[in-house]
This record gives sequence, structure tokens and C-alpha cells, in this order.
Amino acid sequence: MEKAIETMSSSGTTGKAEQKKEFQARTGNEAMAEAMRQINPDVCAAYPITPATEIVQIFANFVNDGLVKTEFITVESEHSAMSACIGSASSGARTMTATSSQGLALMYEMLYIAAGYRLPIVLAEVNRALSSPINIHCDHSDTMGGRDSGWIQLFSENAQEAYDNLIQAVRIAEHPDVLLPAWASTDGFIISHGMENIEIYPDEAVRQFIGEYKPAFTLLDNRKPFTLGAADLQDFYFEHRRAAYEGMRAAKKVILEIGREFGNKFGTTYGFFEGVHLEDAEVVMVALGSTAGTARVAIENLRERGIKAGLLKLRVFRPFPAEELVKALAHVPAIAVMDRSDSFNAQAGPLATEIKSALYDAGQHPKLINYIYGLGGRDIHFKELEQILEQTLQAGEPKDLNSRVVYWGVRE
Amino acid sequence: MQNLKQMSSQNKVGLAGGHRACAGCGFPQIIKMIYGQSPAPVVTTCATGCMEIATTIYPFTAWRGNFIHSAFENSAATISGIETAYQALKKQGRLPAEQEMNFVAIGGDGGTYDIGLQALSGAMERRHNILYICYNNEAYMNTGVQRSSATPQGGHTTTSPAGKVIPGKIQFPKDLTAIIAAHDVVYAGQASVGFHIDLMRKADQIFGKVGPKFLNVYTPCRLGWGSDPAQTMEIARLAVETCLWPIYEVVEGRWKLTRKIKEKKPITDFYKTQNRFRHLLKPENETLVKQIQEEVDRRWHDLLQRCGEGA
Ligand SMILES: Cc1ncc(C[n+]2csc(CCOP(=O)(O)OP(=O)(O)O)c2C)c(N)n1
Repeated sequence: MEKAIETMSSSGTTGKAEQKKEFQARTGNEAMAEAMRQINPDVCAAYPITPATEIVQIFANFVNDGLVKTEFITVESEHSAMSACIGSASSGARTMTATSSQGLALMYEMLYIAAGYRLPIVLAEVNRALSSPINIHCDHSDTMGGRDSGWIQLFSENAQEAYDNLIQAVRIAEHPDVLLPAWASTDGFIISHGMENIEIYPDEAVRQFIGEYKPAFTLLDNRKPFTLGAADLQDFYFEHRRAAYEGMRAAKKVILEIGREFGNKFGTTYGFFEGVHLEDAEVVMVALGSTAGTARVAIENLRERGIKAGLLKLRVFRPFPAEELVKALAHVPAIAVMDRSDSFNAQAGPLATEIKSALYDAGQHPKLINYIYGLGGRDIHFKELEQILEQTLQAGEPKDLNSRVVYWGVRE
Repeated sequence: MQNLKQMSSQNKVGLAGGHRACAGCGFPQIIKMIYGQSPAPVVTTCATGCMEIATTIYPFTAWRGNFIHSAFENSAATISGIETAYQALKKQGRLPAEQEMNFVAIGGDGGTYDIGLQALSGAMERRHNILYICYNNEAYMNTGVQRSSATPQGGHTTTSPAGKVIPGKIQFPKDLTAIIAAHDVVYAGQASVGFHIDLMRKADQIFGKVGPKFLNVYTPCRLGWGSDPAQTMEIARLAVETCLWPIYEVVEGRWKLTRKIKEKKPITDFYKTQNRFRHLLKPENETLVKQIQEEVDRRWHDLLQRCGEGA
């Protein structure tokens, strides 16, 4: 498990031959669309929804301007988007889509089917709160709702990562040991509509990195016809599901390999997560997405005040890197787990629930407080994150639900 | 058109024997008649329902060509993806240039009239080069005979039971074929498994056309209808002869009857062959039957006008 440490490295220039880098101002949505242009899928079937709409619009321009070879299906719903993706991917075409929130929810039935058929569809997701009440802003309840559907789930801290993650998602999903669909997500508006300076890699380099798609099977080959999606009853269903779960387990190794290969080619190595000041940390924040960026400021401020704070930014939520994560946290006495969605299990948010179960297996019992924050796009300031870290450090061992799970920033 | 003799001697398409459809079920015939006319291999997608279940229980399949089932409401959306992938790969030269294929989506009336209507409308509007076949047995049979919007008025199903107060389904069935014809498709038609030459002729015509095509094929379900399995073909013909299920086609906007009915039989002739209508033959339902007959007559009259047959 030496790898755990290795996987923490990120955002460093790792052995990339010095070459002229191309930086461009891009929003998260533009970055995702740009990745899609470079991936140049054979088929894209998508439907508009805020805040992911732009991805589809920009991509439609690429199609109509002849910048991609993609056939674009302007479906009449997200359910049909994912159904068409399933048809397309089963026909040996590299297939992509984009959505958010209600759109992902409408796909829900088909998400499981895509994974069960082992189809490496790639989805650009923009995290947005789920109704009700209706809200267009960021939280993670949409993708968390799909966390057991069999999709690889990559969270992004910023537009650069969204771009990098989407490119890697293609390789991860298509890897023969994995063969599962994958999404890379950004935080709605915060990343999707925020302008950043990002490095766009040369088209040719991306093309080389993702390589040619060699489908495991295709409905378009009549030399050996087959049936996909037969009724699967008590005698076989279990084995087929088991095989899919195995694909998700295998994805752990593949994600690290591809993250390293990506680093060698483009300069930034990606792992399951990234640690900041973990070595001597007395209190650590675990966060997903854009909040990790805000937390970087918070922990530096705390360190200046002599508080040994650290950050663990989780990038890969599915598969969940349980062993590596608890190893990285083994020496940490106090942990604040930040959940931008709640799970209705009446005991903790989805991220905290996963971490607690991982800690149990490792026999670790740090002080852990779960903060549910930012639902429906409620802003979180670095000063609040400082408060959360300080509070977590000072708190006694939580004794009841109200001290274990804190709803942060809500009017009670 | 391939005739029956040619089809049985060289038929390597459609369904193989040994599928699990009930004796007297019409859909295996539908597949045989239609697929026998396709000059190119067919890729099929089928909605959840009796056909999918009866033909594909793992590790067996009755499908001789490539087949995919994924869910109930998305047969048309799934075929959109397949047909588009074909176009994409063909353009890129990643499929043999000479390779031709036909793309067929299938759904029962539940999967087509009801839950799959949106996906069907979308696929037709986008003008994919596909054929959508609805095998219409007038109820959700796979889940145990519940009403659909194709169920005839007065018909008994488990969710529109012939009760003491309400005598079966209240509404007249939806005219789906006209709805699809309104999408300006290259072909929309109704057929009946009981008139196989007509069905095969329609299929032959369809496979010669590029663009969205829709065929609504009537087929009895002996379990759901409470009918004699040996009578399937007769009942399927009676539906046409009573004008409950006229067979016609709309080709590039032009409506044409493909079987003219000189002497319309009364709908009660049809009712007598099935338990689902037993209650309608009782004296207390005479008025209702009269109303249904009037509605059937009115619709038949309208159809004749549309087909330029005058009446
Ligand atoms: C989303 C969804 N809702 C409900 C069902 C349950 N279901 C499966 S098949 C079926 C009825 C199928 O009826 P129809 O399309 O008429 O075909 P038939 O069984 O009559 O051949 C239903 C309700 C399902 N599989 N998926």
C-alpha cells in the first residue's frame, strides 16, 4: 500500500518534457466541451439542462461547424439520451453525453443498465441540487443519487481538473478490466460558469492519449450475432452482477495507472485523492469538488495561526478508495467530513458514511464530525471552513447524532 | 416480396423455433412475416414485455440476428442510438462499405402507446432510418393483462375489470397510427397478423424506404383475451372485418385502405370469440354496445374519407 502516498501527489509538474503550454481562459463548461471536442466521440446524445446546457450547445457548434466527426442525436429527454447512448455504445461507437440534476435523475433507470451491460459511456456531469424544491445551483445530491448505479465517479476541483478528468474517464471506462461507464463532474455555476486559466493540451496529444476505441462487442457485426439484455433470472443474474462489481474493483488499479500515464504525458499526475499538509495534521478536512479549493486557503490561514490543519481532497468517489484513504488519515486525530448532500439515512451524509465504514475496517477511531453544507448552492466561505476546522479540533468526542452531524450554515 | 414458400425454405432471420411464446400467440408470426422481407440483416431492439421475455431467457435466445433489450419505454430511443452509430461508423469507413442493415424497434402496445410514446415520437421526428413495429395485443400482457390506451372500450382487463358498476374499460382506444402519421413519416400503417399477405406486402414496401417507418400490427393474446388459441388468425381477421381494426397505410402522406370491407360485420361477432367481452353481450350492456358500434362506424366513415373512398 505504498501507493497510497504516491496517489496523493497531484498538481505537480512530473517529468513532463518542457514544451510550450497553451493556457486559455475557459469556464468549466467550456473546458468540458473542449475535452469532448478533442475526444471526438462517434456519437453524442444529449438534452439541455442548467447548468450543463452550455456543454451541449458548444458541442453542437463543433458538430455543425465540422470540427468533430461526431453524430449528434438531439433526443427528446435524458431518458432517451441514455437509452440512445446504450444503443450506440452497444454498436461499437465511442459515445458521450452531458447532463445535470433532474436530467441525471431521469436517466436513473438507464444508468444501471449502461453499467450492467458494461458499456463505457462517458458523461460530463455538472452537479446541481435535486428537486424538490426546484433549484438550479450546486450541491452533490444528483451524482450522489447515482452512486450505486455502477458508474465511475470523478469529482473536479476546478475547470482544469474537469477537463483532465473527462479525458481520463474515457480511458478508465474503456479499459478491458473495467468496462463500466464513467462520469466526471464539476460544481454547478461555481465551476461550470466560473472562468479560469486552464491548460489545453494539443489535439493530437489528447487523441494519442485516449487512443482508438476497440469495442468488446458490437451489434453491427452480423457474422456472430448475439443477444444483449436477455431476461436473467435466479440462475444467472447474480453472477452477472458480481462480474460488474469486479469491474469496479479493478478500476482502482486502472485509475492509478491512467492517472500516472496522464502525468507523464501532460504534467499533472492524478490519484484517488490529494493531500495537503497531511503529514503533521492534527485536524483534516475531507472535501469534494470546488470546496477543496476554498479549503486550501483555509488551511494555510490556520497554519499561519499555528493550527496544524490539513486537507484531503477526494477525486474518485466510485470506486471508493477506502484502504488508501484511511491509511492517509491513520495518524489524524480529528476529521471534518464535508458533505454537499445528505443521504436521508438519518445518520450521516454519503461521504461520511463511506469514510466511517472504511475506518471501521481499519480499526481506526478518530474524532469525526460530518458537516452537511452548501445545499442548493448556498455559498461557503474560507472563513467558515476555518471555523469548521477549529471547531472540529476543539470539540469533544461526539456523543449523539447532533454532535456527529452538523448542518452548517442553515437557519434552524 | 418473398412468398411463404420462399420464406420457409430459406428463412434464416427473425426467430428460431423453441421460443416460449404461448400456443396461439400471434407475435412470432409477425416477426416471421416482416423479417422474411428484409433484404439486409436486421438489428432489433425490443421493449420489455411478453415478446422480450418469451424470446430471450438467458442463456437462450430465439433471435437469429443481433438483438438488444434494455428497458420498457425506450425501444425507439435505443434504436436511434444504434442507427446513429451505424451512420457514424459507416461515414468513417469503419464498417465495410457494402454492408447494409435494417434497424427495427419493437414494442407491445403498452411500450408503444403509453410509456414509450415520447421516445417513439422523438425518434420519428428526428427521422432516423428505422422501422418501429408495435405488436398490439391491446393490453399489458406480460404483467398480467392490465389496460393500456390501446385496450378497446368495454374490454375487461385486470385494471379495467367488468365490475358491477363499471363494465370494463371506459375509453375508446387512442388512434396511435394517426398520431404517428401526423409526424409526416415515410410510412405509417396498420396490419393484422390474420392477413399475412397484406402484412408481408407492407413489410416489403417498408424495407424499400429510407426514413422513419411505423407499423402497428394487431395480434390476439389468447390468455389476455380469453380466446381459443386455435382461433387466433380468425379473430385477427374478424377485428378487421368488423372495422374495429381497419388495415391501411399512409405512404408519404397519402392514406390508402389495404382491405376494403364491403359488408361490415357487427362488433358483437368479434365479442363472441373472447371472454374479455362476455359481459358486453348481456342485456344490461346493450346500450353501451350500441354506442361503441356507432363510434366504430363513425371512425370507419372518417377513415374512408381520408382514403378517398367516399362513403
Ligand atoms: C418503467 C417500467 N414500468 C413498468 C414495468 C413493468 N412492465 C413490464 S412489461 C409491462 C407491460 C408490457 O405490456 P405491452 O407493452 O403491452 O407488451 P405485452 O406484455 O403485452 O407483450 C409492464 C407494465 C417495467 N418493466 N418498467
